[in-house]
Amino acid sequence: MNQELNPNIVTIEPVTRLEGLAKITVLLNDEGNVKDAFYQVVELRGFERFVQGRPIEEVLRITPRICGVCPIPHHLAPAIAADRIYGVDPPKTAKLLREMMALGHIVHSHILHFYAFALPDFALGEKKEPGTHNIIGLAKTFPDVAKAAIKARGDAQKIQAMIGAKATHPVTVIPGGISKGVTKEDTEKMLEMSNNIVEFGKLGLKVFEDLVVKNKDQMALINSDAYKMDTYYMSIVGPKNTLDFYNSQTVRVIDSKGKEFAKFESDKYLDYIDEHVEPWSYLKFPYLKQIGWKGLVDGPNSGVFRVNALARLNVVDKIETPLAQEAMENMYDVLGGKPAHHTLGFNWARLVEILYCGEKMVELAQDPDFYGPKFREQLSKDMITGEGVGAIEAPRGTLYHHYKTDKEGKVTKANIIVATTNNNAAICLSVKKAAQEMIKKGQYNDDGLNKIEMAFRAYDPCLACATHAMVGQMPLKVEIYDSKKNKIRELTRKL
Amino acid sequence: MEVIVMNKLKVAVALGATCAGCDVAILDLNEKILDVIEIVDFVFWPTAMDFKLDDLKALKDGEVDVGLYHGAIGTEEDEEIAKILRKKSKIVVAFGACANFGGIPSLTNMPYESKMFDVVYKESPSTSNPEGTLPQKETEIEGTKLTLPGIRKRADSLNSVIDVDYYVPGCPPMVPLIEQVVDVLRVFVEKGTLPPKGAVIAGQDTLCKECGRTKPETISYKEFVSPQEVKEIDPDLCLLSQGILCLGPATRSGCGALCTKMNVGCRGCLGPTDKVDDHGLKMISALTSLLEVEHEEEYTEEDFDKLLEKIPDPLGTFYRFTYGVSMISKLHPDKEE
Amino acid sequence: MSTSKQEQESGIKNPNPKIVLFLCRWCSGKGADLAGTSRLNYPPNVLPIMVNCTSRIDPRFIVEAFLDGADGVLVTGCHFGDCHYKTGNYKAYRRLSLVAKLLKQVGVNPKRFRLTWISATEATKFVKVTTEMVEDLKKLPPYWSDENGGNSDE
Repeated sequence: MNQELNPNIVTIEPVTRLEGLAKITVLLNDEGNVKDAFYQVVELRGFERFVQGRPIEEVLRITPRICGVCPIPHHLAPAIAADRIYGVDPPKTAKLLREMMALGHIVHSHILHFYAFALPDFALGEKKEPGTHNIIGLAKTFPDVAKAAIKARGDAQKIQAMIGAKATHPVTVIPGGISKGVTKEDTEKMLEMSNNIVEFGKLGLKVFEDLVVKNKDQMALINSDAYKMDTYYMSIVGPKNTLDFYNSQTVRVIDSKGKEFAKFESDKYLDYIDEHVEPWSYLKFPYLKQIGWKGLVDGPNSGVFRVNALARLNVVDKIETPLAQEAMENMYDVLGGKPAHHTLGFNWARLVEILYCGEKMVELAQDPDFYGPKFREQLSKDMITGEGVGAIEAPRGTLYHHYKTDKEGKVTKANIIVATTNNNAAICLSVKKAAQEMIKKGQYNDDGLNKIEMAFRAYDPCLACATHAMVGQMPLKVEIYDSKKNKIRELTRKL
Repeated sequence: MEVIVMNKLKVAVALGATCAGCDVAILDLNEKILDVIEIVDFVFWPTAMDFKLDDLKALKDGEVDVGLYHGAIGTEEDEEIAKILRKKSKIVVAFGACANFGGIPSLTNMPYESKMFDVVYKESPSTSNPEGTLPQKETEIEGTKLTLPGIRKRADSLNSVIDVDYYVPGCPPMVPLIEQVVDVLRVFVEKGTLPPKGAVIAGQDTLCKECGRTKPETISYKEFVSPQEVKEIDPDLCLLSQGILCLGPATRSGCGALCTKMNVGCRGCLGPTDKVDDHGLKMISALTSLLEVEHEEEYTEEDFDKLLEKIPDPLGTFYRFTYGVSMISKLHPDKEE
Repeated sequence: MSTSKQEQESGIKNPNPKIVLFLCRWCSGKGADLAGTSRLNYPPNVLPIMVNCTSRIDPRFIVEAFLDGADGVLVTGCHFGDCHYKTGNYKAYRRLSLVAKLLKQVGVNPKRFRLTWISATEATKFVKVTTEMVEDLKKLPPYWSDENGGNSDE
C-alpha cells in the first residue's frame, strides 16, 4: 500500500520471527527520505550480576538460561573459562563430547532460524494472510522439506540431549570435563543421525538454490547495495585458519578486503574489543579497540565488525570437510568473491555450516575415543588460578565469557560479550541502509517494511542473549505521524 | 448429552521476561506439532509467528480458549501483557519455571554489592564509557523521543499479577509434560471437561521416586563435594549419599530424572510438590538432617561449620528457580548501619 | 514507635524490639523457669514459644516469625551431649546454621538471628543472652517500617 504522506517518524515495533524483542524507529526528513534509523533493544536481565557469589560449577548451569534457543554455547564457553580457572586441560573424550554438543547445537539453531524464521520470506511469496509466513505455513506448502527439517532438527536436539542431559539448558559440562560419558551404542545412534544431517545439509542447499539462487528477483535483492556493508569480520579459527566452532581459542579479524587485521588468543580479548553505550538501547555496541568508535558508520576507519555465519566463512581460509568446502566455494563464486559483504548472504552461509557440522559430527562419532572411559579430570581447590576466559563460535557469532573467582572458586566478577551483541552496530547500519532504500519521498508499503525487517532478520539476532536481559515488549506496529505530530495512520503488519 | 466441539481451540502464547526456551520446548514436539495444529489454531505467538499485540487486543474478551504465558514478570510491559492475556483468555496457563515461580530471573531480587546498571554499563572491563552513559527510559534525538520500557524492582511469577488456572513447571517444561497438556486440550475439545482449577501438570511425587538410582537404607553423607572434585561418581548410587548435592527429595517428579541420569544433581526446576510451601527451606531441613547423621555425636560446632562451608550459596542453590514465590524472598535486606 | 531525643543520642533506633524466642522444654525451658523463680530480671520483649526439642524447629518458623513482625529470633536448646532426645540439637545446629547463612544472603543483619545453648541450671546465662540481644536490636532500626513492607530494593 502506498501512501502519500509526510511523516517524520516510522516505528516498526516489534520485529517478529526472531528470538527476543526489539523495535525500530525511523526518522524521516522533510523530503520524506530516511534521516536516521534506530534499532533499540528493549531488554536487560543482569546475568553478570546475579552470578556473583556463586560457585563456578553452578554458574555453568545458570548461564544457559541467558538463552533458550542457544543455551549450549552459554554452557560451553563458561566451561572453557572454568577449565582455565582450574588450570586444567580436559581429556580427549570430554573434548570430543563437548564438540559434538557444540556442532549438534549449531545444526539445531541454524535449522530453527532458517526454516522457522527466514525461509518463509523467501519461499512463500507475498504475505496475504496473517499467520501463514511461518514454519506451519511452510509445512503446508512444502511438506517434504518441512518434515525433513523437523526430523533433522529433532535429531540434532537428541544428540545434544544424549550428551548434555537435555538440549535446552544442558547440565553435564563441568570444569575439567563432563559428568558422564556415552556408550558405544549411543555413539552408533549418533553416527546414524549425523549421516542424516549431512543428507539434510545437502537438501537445504538444493532448496536454497532452487528457491533463491535461480530466482532473479531474490538474487537482485541479495546483491543490492541496500544489503551490503563494508565492515571487518571476526571469527574463531583453527590452526591453518580453518572453520572451527569449539576447539580453538584463536580469534582472527580480517578487514573488508580480506586482509588479516588481528589474531589473538581469547584471553587477550580486552586488548582488542571495547563496548560503547547509547542511552536509547539496553544493548551495548562492541567495536575494534585499535580503530576506535567512530559512530554508527561502516568502512575501514570504523571499528564496526561483524560475526556470525558469513563472517566466519569470510575469515576462514578453508573448511576441512569436503562437501562443505565445495559448497562454500560455490557460494563465493555466485556472490563474486571473498570476502562477501552481502547481509542476506548470511542465510546461505548458515546452510553451508549445517553441512560442515554434519560432516564433522560423522567424524567425531567414528572416533573410538568418543565413548572412552576417561571423560573428566579430578580437580581440587588448590589448583584454582582465579581467572579464566572462554570463547566459542555460537550460532550467531563469537561469544566470550570471562570470570574471576576467589580461592574457593566462587565468582567475584563476570563479563560476557554475547555473539549477537557483536553485531549490534552492524544491525543498526543494515536497518538504516535498508530503510533508506525502502522508504523514499515518504512512500513505502508493507512489503518495504518487511524488507527492512529482513535486513535485521538476516543476522538471526538473539536478543535474550544480547542483553542477558529481561524481555519486555511485544510485537510491533507502525505508527505514522505527520509533521505536526498528529497520528495519521497505524499500520499493523497484516501478513 | 454429549457436546461435540467442532471448532479448533484458539491458543495464544505470550511472553514475559523469557529466554525463549519454552518456545523451543513447544517446537521440540517435532512432528507431533502437526497433530497439535489439527485441534489448535495459534492466534498469537511472537517467536514463531507475525501476530502483533494489537491482534491480541483486537480479539473479544474470552475469545482465546487457552492462553499460555512463559517468562517472569520483569518489566512493566510484561505485567501489561499478562493482564491483556487474562482478559482475552478463558483459561490461562503458567508455562515454565519463570511464569510458575519467577525462575532464574528472580535471582535478581536478592541484594548484591553493585547495582545492575553499574555492573553492565560501568564496571564491565570491556566497556569504554567515560561519560557514564546509562540507558534511559526516554532519550530525545532530533526532536523525537526514543523510549525503553522500565524494569521492575522485582521479577515475579505470573500469579502475582493475574489469576492463573493451570501450571506447567520445568525449565523448560519437558516434552512429556507438554504432551500431557496436549492431551488435556484434546479431552477438552472432545468432551468439554478440564482438570480441577489450580492443577499442576507434572508428577505428584518427589523426584526420588522417579530417579532409578539405588537408595541405601540410610542416606547419610560425609560432606558435600563439587562434582569436579569427586574421584568417581557412581552412576547407580543415589547422588546425595555420595555427597553430591541434589534437590530430588523436595522436588516434583515428571521430568524423567534427566539430570540425575547424567550424574548431575537436581536443582529443582519443577518446583516443590503440593505439600510444600517454601521449596528451599524444606530442602535445607531435609539436607541438613542427614549430613553426617551417623557420626554426628562426634562433632563439635566448628566441625559442623566446616562441613556447611561446602554450601557457599544456599540461596542460589536451593532457590534457583523458585526464589520469586518463596517465603524467604518476602524478607528484605537491612539498611547499612 | 518513635525514639525520643535522649534515646536517639544514645544510639537507640528501636526502643522496643520484638524478639521471638524458641526454646526447648527440657534444658532451656527449665533454665528460663529457674531465672523466673530466682527473681532474676530479663527483658519483657521476648515472646517465648516452647518446643519439645530444638530439632522440632522447622526453618520456616524462623522466617514466619520475621514475616509476622519480629525484629529478631532467638533459639535456645540443650548443649551438645545433653539433648533429651539424644541427637536433636545436632540436627538443629546444622539446620539453623544453614538458615542463618540464607538470612545473611537475603541481607538480614546477623544480629537478628541467634542460636545458643542453655542448660537447666544456667538461669544467669538465660538472662544474659536475652538482655544482650535486646540491647543489640535496640541499636538497629525496627526490621519492619513503613518504607519496607516487604518489597524494598536498596
